[in-house]
Amino acid sequence: MSRLAVPKTYKLFIGGKFPRSESGRVYEVNSVAGEFVANAAQGSRKDMRDAVVAARTAQPGWSGATAYNRGQVLYRIAEVLEGRKAQFVEEIMLVEGSSAKEAAAQVDAAIDTWIWYAGWADKYTQVAGQANPVSGPYFNLSVPEPTGVVGAIAPQSSGSLLGLVATIAPILVSGNTVVVVPREDAPLTAISFAEVMATSDVPGGVVNVITGSPAELAPWMASHADINALDLAGAGNLDWASLQIAAAETLMRTLAPVEGIPASSLNRITAFTEVKSVWHTKSLI
Amino acid sequence: MRSIPAVSDLTAESLADFLRALPGVDAVGLEARAADLGTRSIKTSSKAWAIDTIIKLIDLTTLEGADTPGKVRTLVAKALVPDAGDLSTPTVAAVCVYGDMVATAVEALGDMHGDPDQGKVSVAAVATAFPSGRSSLAIKIADTQEAVAAGADEIDMVIDRGAFLSGDWWTVFQQIVAVKEACRRADGTHAHLKVILETGELVTYDNVRKASWLAMLAGGDFIKTSTGKVAPAATLPVTLLMLEAVRDWYAATGQRIGVKPAGGIKTTKDAIKYLVVVAETVGEEWLVPHLFRFGASSLLNDVLLQRQKLASGHYSSADYVTLD
Repeated sequence: MSRLAVPKTYKLFIGGKFPRSESGRVYEVNSVAGEFVANAAQGSRKDMRDAVVAARTAQPGWSGATAYNRGQVLYRIAEVLEGRKAQFVEEIMLVEGSSAKEAAAQVDAAIDTWIWYAGWADKYTQVAGQANPVSGPYFNLSVPEPTGVVGAIAPQSSGSLLGLVATIAPILVSGNTVVVVPREDAPLTAISFAEVMATSDVPGGVVNVITGSPAELAPWMASHADINALDLAGAGNLDWASLQIAAAETLMRTLAPVEGIPASSLNRITAFTEVKSVWHTKSLI
Repeated sequence: MRSIPAVSDLTAESLADFLRALPGVDAVGLEARAADLGTRSIKTSSKAWAIDTIIKLIDLTTLEGADTPGKVRTLVAKALVPDAGDLSTPTVAAVCVYGDMVATAVEALGDMHGDPDQGKVSVAAVATAFPSGRSSLAIKIADTQEAVAAGADEIDMVIDRGAFLSGDWWTVFQQIVAVKEACRRADGTHAHLKVILETGELVTYDNVRKASWLAMLAGGDFIKTSTGKVAPAATLPVTLLMLEAVRDWYAATGQRIGVKPAGGIKTTKDAIKYLVVVAETVGEEWLVPHLFRFGASSLLNDVLLQRQKLASGHYSSADYVTLD
């Protein structure tokens, strides 16, 4: 007897849950050959708004966790990713048209990138912070702190999993929470990645994934007063100067688009931090 | 039409007969009706109207053991200018504080102390051993008189739930009558009396209906759901039930009684549902400060965020409203 396959419903990821879009919309995800693969939820501005609320709620807990603990939690994600490699390889081959070898290489690169950033969790402060020389009996220390809630547009034309990972990992490391719009035409890996998040130790709301159109969502993101920084990595094809102008209204930090996949660097971590300088007496002389 | 006995004619027996004769509440129907009314979609200009109406109906509240005169002055400042970034924002109806903070609130309000129907801000005080109500009648009366003497325009009293639940309705009734008398000022006017039923402790909808009628019979100007100190506080079905009692009272006597849901209403979306329930049950003429109030503290900030969103077109953040 033949069996009916059970296709997966790809939904959004908000606050640790997988809701459908409040708008009720979906869009078709096709293979490179143009064949129907799945329906993905087409996120709306209200989904985005809900995601920002979830991210804001989760932010104090995530940034309040010790750096060591955040590193452990992030490392755990890489472990779970490793165990689900086959699923990601399959989705990448199907939607991006990669060969099995290319797809496997992308998943490996994504896991390695994640590990690379996870390692920085309890180290970036030491490297990016400093003791400033002052002429008095004080310590003057500058330390980077997470910015808060970060909105991100993942790369839209390069590897869907690697691009997503290279975008959100540096945001999360320092204790920010993120609302990310993944690659529009290849959102399946992002939702499968969200399933990894949901089954590892990341608190709900730390990562929120809104699949859909960056052109529709980015302006709402840029003008949202409760988003503290905006990563325009994958916004190269949008009118990103206007997005930066809208973001400036609420003094939102922005990071300009990149070609391809953002290179792993400490600068991407510190781009989403604020420097706090503190004075402290050296002794009671 | 139910015939309403006069306060002076009531005895323990006739009160009990009256309350027992009230029909039971169809709980499933009530909740379904409330849920159905909660699905209305209020958008654009209606939403703008609803938002300003909600602000005008808020009793901005601080009822903490840690309240200081400074905190009460801050609350009053917020009541007068809810959003310093947009001076077209209306003022709230009243500030609601503990009795010993009334003088501070009155002083802070200055010229703006007055009738919310005329755009001013009232001072409401909780009294009668709020929130538990566990003290003697003499103390409850003294508590009330003190707040009224200090300048409170409205008294939020709690009923004796212990007496109510043990079936001693007459005691509850007499206490409300006594507190109402204590609300009287030297010039013959009296402070508005809001009777808190604390529906979260009354257990059943039937009890809420009985308590509502009891409070109206005893002369309450308002019936209020909760103290905010007990969960569940205000819910949509309970408020609907109380509004129905108020509607029936109006039909029988021609007298309009106010309703105040309090506690647990934190978002604009929730508050709008209450407006819909009021409009559909007793009519829009009830959406004025002397007939409907929200007892709330954090609700105002959410309403202001929504108001800012409507005005600017983009989503606002908690950075743009005051910390409470």
